[in-house]
Amino acid sequence: MSSVYSEPSPAAPTSRHTLAVIVDNEPGVLARIAGLFSGRGYNIESLTVSETEHEKHLSRITIVTTGTEAEIEQIKAQLARLVPVHRVRDLSDEGPAIERELVLLKVVGQGDQRVEALRLAQAFGARTLDATLSSFIFEFTGALEDVERFIGIMADCGLVEVSRTGVAAMSRGAEAM
Amino acid sequence: MSKTKSETVSETANETMSGAEMVVRALQDQGVEHLFGYPGGAVLPIYDALFHQDTVRHILVRHEQAAVHAAEGYARSSGKVGCVLVTSGPGATNAVTGLTDALMDSIPVVCITGQVPTQLIGSDAFQEADTVGITRHCTKHNYLVKRIEDLPRVLHEAFYVASHGRPGPVVIDIPKDIQFAKGAYARPTDNQHKTYRPVVSGDIERIRAAVALMASAKRPIFYTGGGVINSGPEAARLLRELVRLTGFPITSTLMGLGAYPASDQQFLGMLGMHGTYEANHAMHDCDVMINIGARFDDRITGRIDAFSPGSRKIHIDIDPSSINKNVKADIGIVGDCAHVLEDMLRLWKGLPQDVEKPSLKGWWGKIAGWRARNCLAYRPSDTVIKPQYALERLQALTEGRDTYITTEVGQHQMWAAQFLKFDEPNRWMTSGGLGTMGYGLPAAIGAQIAHPEALVIDVAGEASILMNMQEMSTALQHRLPIKVFILNNEYMGMVRQWQELLHGGRYSESYSHSLPDFVKLAEAYGGVGIRCDNPADLDAAILEMIDTPRPVIFDCIVDKMENCFPMIPSGKAHNEMILGDAAEDIGAIIDEKGKALV
Ligand SMILES: Cc1ncc(C[n+]2csc(CCOP(=O)(O)OP(=O)(O)O)c2C)c(N)n1
Ligand SMILES: [Mg+2]
Repeated sequence: MSSVYSEPSPAAPTSRHTLAVIVDNEPGVLARIAGLFSGRGYNIESLTVSETEHEKHLSRITIVTTGTEAEIEQIKAQLARLVPVHRVRDLSDEGPAIERELVLLKVVGQGDQRVEALRLAQAFGARTLDATLSSFIFEFTGALEDVERFIGIMADCGLVEVSRTGVAAMSRGAEAM
Repeated sequence: MSKTKSETVSETANETMSGAEMVVRALQDQGVEHLFGYPGGAVLPIYDALFHQDTVRHILVRHEQAAVHAAEGYARSSGKVGCVLVTSGPGATNAVTGLTDALMDSIPVVCITGQVPTQLIGSDAFQEADTVGITRHCTKHNYLVKRIEDLPRVLHEAFYVASHGRPGPVVIDIPKDIQFAKGAYARPTDNQHKTYRPVVSGDIERIRAAVALMASAKRPIFYTGGGVINSGPEAARLLRELVRLTGFPITSTLMGLGAYPASDQQFLGMLGMHGTYEANHAMHDCDVMINIGARFDDRITGRIDAFSPGSRKIHIDIDPSSINKNVKADIGIVGDCAHVLEDMLRLWKGLPQDVEKPSLKGWWGKIAGWRARNCLAYRPSDTVIKPQYALERLQALTEGRDTYITTEVGQHQMWAAQFLKFDEPNRWMTSGGLGTMGYGLPAAIGAQIAHPEALVIDVAGEASILMNMQEMSTALQHRLPIKVFILNNEYMGMVRQWQELLHGGRYSESYSHSLPDFVKLAEAYGGVGIRCDNPADLDAAILEMIDTPRPVIFDCIVDKMENCFPMIPSGKAHNEMILGDAAEDIGAIIDEKGKALV
């Protein structure tokens, strides 16, 4: 509860937003951002970080979060007031952004199950990065729904391990952030 | 080509020195005259560098929490950045409450902490604490300096960040090897941070819309806060001019007292949980609210969905995250109060003369009705000192003097806000956001350091004062004639009041047991103790306190069971507040849901 007086507010509709945040790549910046979300009780569905401009030591953090309109506005304002944050952009504001995620799946099995796993992976356009007589590692890149679908299908084909990168996202069109 | 400023600076700046010397030099270059601190192993090189100079005066406190509160009191009473120096580990963790307090109340503080040598970081070394980790959420920003090349920039940047935009505390954690390392010092430049540039001037179109809305208001009110004080004396001056020109009523938060003169007719007193009847009712019934530098804190709004239901709200704040956080603003203006007020004033003066503004007669008439309730009235007594009476006398006997007031936290704090009259900004220092018992005494020390000739009084409770009592020793050492005015009700009064109103009068652990003899305690520290328990003797005793040029503890024995009213009970709206003479009915007023709230 944000205020000691607030009654649980009538459930306002929530929506999913993808935020791109450009930050100084200095020690502790990720802790600052993650801590902001935990400290203020916001959701993080996915968080992706990497230095994107080495000379300027700038990193791009992509955050997928859900909240009411007011919460999303607060999240953006709170992010923007952190000293090492340069820019915050709500990629979901400007129509659906391009969002991709990469996933690695380890699938273990023999016989028909193994053949079926490979066939399905090929149908999804996944790449095979490693193969043994009893296992595969597949790499799949796609929109979130496709990643989920692929993982769901592999779950029935001997899936034993999943590693996901989190979302990388960019707004459409010529304009840069 | 003519030389740019930074080139000239860098020519004179390539002096080589140790990290510890850089710290002291940077403080000097930032104009720091006073530093509140406590030594220890991890800051010895800095203390050594301090030893060799006398521009920066070090004030030795007795607990690191007090160092930060003293720096806050110094900052709030002077408008400068408060500076703190503490050692690693326990020095830093002791400072955490002070830092959190400064963050909540937006007070500019730079706190330098020592750290174990870089090669020992992470090894659980002696007096190692993850200071940047611990203070990340109780500072505006913090730094761990791992390279001597970064140190001069970080030192200057810290002052810039602490004092620009919404002010706040900044920690610089400096490992001991960096303090010994030699490097090139650089002086401060104009651009103290590569990207942090808070917006100071408000969007002029929004200000225009705000002025138009104000001009059409039938029941307007100004609701101002600590942001006006933080913005500086010019903001307070502009606010006064605007309020006078518009003829609107004005109320203030606890943090904003003094920005507008309390003695002025247009001032309705403080608003909020223990605010005046007239201020809260005016807030509830207004049609246009102009919030300048306040943040719709829950102590102000009461029940949020019943908060000022019929008004359109203008909100001016330097922190964009404050706008629409708790209460939706119809016109949000991001900017520094002084800048925005200047524009508002110009536009207000430029309004076409022929446009008829609604008359405020009816509105002021309504306000007069609320005022007539005389909400701060209390039952006087000639046998026991009423806390309200004590403060009325303190107010009367300090009138016309150069006075600064700090407080601890509890009933006495709220009574001080209600009964002391602040006509100037920077005269009133209290822990608002965090509500830190133990704030007032060290804050008074800071204020007295900034204003050696002034009368500095900590209005205290007998429970709170014990939280940083050790600072009496600091006051004695530095010859600071602060006055600790204890409203001694032998209870954690505010806790007792809630227990009386909400928990069936079961006074669980709220009695101030085994209190020291405050007069003897004052004397033990080398100060002066005065006790008064008789209303007839009070004036003379207060005058004796004022006239004593040494630290004084005044043990004012007051009514034990007095409650602080008006009060907006938990879970209630502004127009459901209760007054002193209605106290017996209060059980019926607060419902079950209200009891769960703090
Ligand atoms: C550090 C800290 N601990 C606990 C509290 C909770 N608290 C608020 S007021 C209060 C009682 C203060 O008693 P006293 O100083 O005697 O003031 P009074 O209310 O009696 O005027 C307490 C315990 C607090 N605000 N700060
Ligand atoms: Mg008390």
